[in-house]
Amino acid sequence: MSLKIIKAGVFDTIQDLGRYGLQYLGINPGGAMDRFAAQAVNMLVGNNTAEPVIELHFPSSIFLFEQEVMIAIGGADFSPTINGEEIPLWRPIITSKNSLLQFQKWKQGARCYLAIKEKLDVDKWFNSYSTNVKAAAGGLNGRALARADVISFKEKHTYTALLNNGDTLILPWKADILWSETAVDRIAVIAGNEWDWLMEESKSRFLTASFTVDSLADRMGYRLQGRLRAKGNGELVSSAVSFGTIQLLPNGEMIILMADHQTTGGYPRIAHVASAHLPMLAQKQPGDKIYFRLTDQQNAENLLLLQQQHLLQLQNACTFKLEEFFHTAHAYN
Amino acid sequence: MQATASYKIFFIGDSAATIDFGNIINEEINKKAISLFNYLSQHPLEGTIEAIPAYSSVTIYMNVPLLRKKISPEKKVYEWITKELHKIMLQDLEDTQPEKNVVRIPVCYEDQFATDIHWLAEQKNISHQDIIRIHTSRQYRVYMLGFLPGFAYMAEVDDQVAVPRKAQPQWILAGSVGIAGKQTGIYPLNSPGGWQIIGRTPLKMFDKDETEPCLLKAGEYVQFYPITKDEFEDHQSRSI
Repeated sequence: MSLKIIKAGVFDTIQDLGRYGLQYLGINPGGAMDRFAAQAVNMLVGNNTAEPVIELHFPSSIFLFEQEVMIAIGGADFSPTINGEEIPLWRPIITSKNSLLQFQKWKQGARCYLAIKEKLDVDKWFNSYSTNVKAAAGGLNGRALARADVISFKEKHTYTALLNNGDTLILPWKADILWSETAVDRIAVIAGNEWDWLMEESKSRFLTASFTVDSLADRMGYRLQGRLRAKGNGELVSSAVSFGTIQLLPNGEMIILMADHQTTGGYPRIAHVASAHLPMLAQKQPGDKIYFRLTDQQNAENLLLLQQQHLLQLQNACTFKLEEFFHTAHAYN
Repeated sequence: MQATASYKIFFIGDSAATIDFGNIINEEINKKAISLFNYLSQHPLEGTIEAIPAYSSVTIYMNVPLLRKKISPEKKVYEWITKELHKIMLQDLEDTQPEKNVVRIPVCYEDQFATDIHWLAEQKNISHQDIIRIHTSRQYRVYMLGFLPGFAYMAEVDDQVAVPRKAQPQWILAGSVGIAGKQTGIYPLNSPGGWQIIGRTPLKMFDKDETEPCLLKAGEYVQFYPITKDEFEDHQSRSI
């Protein structure tokens, strides 16, 4: 019993929370771009937060479920439907065997996540299921999903008592997502080691002007439109960079490194995006405007802690709701 | 390592800290970085995720929410890690330096594989044979891995063959051996790249199915030796 790809999307891959511990070999962590959404959809179906999910871009794949499943969809809104009927984001959904999941129309955001309670049986490479396209490893054969791919499930649950034949059941609760892409209007950054290489005028421009995400924006990085000026042309030998590092290229353009960034880089690091704001950044797409604001190490840590607490509360609430739901459902069996 | 070794600590965002020994390509400095990396790998600090050595630095990734819980929620992780790293730097890390390991790597420098060797020969006004002789005449230190899985940054090549990288990246095949400035390296995978290609090795520099997927590690040394096209093909057919 499995999940079948009826039509391939533009770039849909299996991702989890990343492959750490191999960066010393030049193998980058990868993982979901919007880790908040990836974790939240897993929580909604009662999965561990590190369970692999499908990361979708638009246009997205069309999926056929060959068994009954419980799913949750969150992140970007691509107008999902099951058998042609609209379904909401951020809610657990149970659907019948032979249900067709499609994403009809782009509404907002850049990356949508699909979690499945029945758990995807995909390749683990070292400590992660994330697809590393360069190494052709992890996920589904180390590549994006393609037409006619079949992914087996690890588990089977029976929801027949809850469903009339052909039905889709939307469970009556919704994850409260404070950290959606619209939650703040400025991305918090911490000054990088080469922040002071910027001309004073460029520093203030960086913190006041808007920067448009260029068409060159993918899982590796976002190029921003607009240029900044450095004081001299200092040089750096390569050293480690991170998801969220903002590099200044020799021509004055900026690149924000994203989940599939190279492990090391040699361009000036003018700033680093606060980890808690990476999920919002992950939902930006070409043409979107970004504003930055400066924060410090302590506040960035606090933001991350708050986000973690929010996720824990969500997890507790989801666990409780799911237990309660199944308990009640069984009582009526 | 001396307690007086000069270094600087800075942050790569809220979840990583870098110890920098001087923003320079230098064997002694790189040895310090590798010693520290080995120490941190052998004695991982609780709540840290991994360490990444580079030319003259080591970066350590941290799990901030976990550490805040561990060191008490009021304390700041960036202050804690700074203190911990200073403590580690007070120790003598010399003995974490590994035994010198030299990896011999065969390279076919024939035209078919050496797409930029004629250009290089012209630029430097030397012969094709000179380039092979010079490139194979010394051992190179693997300073760091980065860019691609298993891509080893090695140095330093003789000034007679040192050339700048290409202005526009080109598609480069796995195994290609290149030069960029005073560095030499081997592309482990097919990839766009800007290094000037002078040969190709039949060895697999990266194999995802191995428990140790990369042939080289930072701190090792490489000795290239020339092989013919026949030997190259023979080697390839044997390794399949």
